[in-house]
Amino acid sequence: MRLLYFAWVRERVGRAEEQIEPPAGISTVGELMAWLAKRDEQYAHAFENAKVIRAAIDHRHVRTDAPIAGASEIAFFPPMTGG
Amino acid sequence: MTTTIRLQRQPFDVAAEVERMTQGRTDIGAVVTFTGLCRADENGKPIVALTLEHYPDMAEAEIGRHVEEACARWPLLGVTVIHRFGRLEPGDVIVLVATVSSHREAAFAAASFLMDYLKTRAPFWKQVESVGDKTGAEKTGGEKTGGEKIGGEKTWVEAKASDDTAAERWSARVGSDA
Repeated sequence: MRLLYFAWVRERVGRAEEQIEPPAGISTVGELMAWLAKRDEQYAHAFENAKVIRAAIDHRHVRTDAPIAGASEIAFFPPMTGG
Repeated sequence: MTTTIRLQRQPFDVAAEVERMTQGRTDIGAVVTFTGLCRADENGKPIVALTLEHYPDMAEAEIGRHVEEACARWPLLGVTVIHRFGRLEPGDVIVLVATVSSHREAAFAAASFLMDYLKTRAPFWKQVESVGDKTGAEKTGGEKTGGEKIGGEKTWVEAKASDDTAAERWSARVGSDA
């Protein structure tokens, strides 16, 4: 699946997007964030306060308990500040 | 019912957008426009510019879902939402929401609804460039004020709880699980 990062999540991770295949057992958005946080220091920093990070699956907002099965694009970003 | 949603870097003419919605129409009795401008300050501190980052595909989809919801709730005759991205300076237009209807109540309510949701649900993020005051930057350097400090002079704007409260008064979440 394709992962996208925006704003300070993107800056901390150090990239705007990447292709990943999470291991079996990672089934929700929250579990995916926890798994990403263990990859290295940059990811750990990006996801250190996972509660504030918002997620979207295929362009729709989702909660952290949303299943990731079948998702083609998952995005992580801070609370939005447009308008 | 005509709907226009545009995300663009370049400036636009608010009057021309409204004219385009109303030209040749005799059924429209009310036009409400909300125009959001870039201010020269953020949290009481002067800024030189704002940079808006966005998630293009999702922004278009999310705004589209909220426009649909507005049309389902109120008898609208047209909606235009234009949101800019990229670097904007104080005085520049950031966003336009224009709603037209036979009567004012629907137009006012729908414009307000759309703006509240744009603030909290449309995937845009503002970063401010503070005035190039190195002394000030050094003074606050190392301090975590909640927002993320970038290169000493660029800061991500923090979301406001008051914006969430404003959006919550419309109750139902639109087109999402969160």
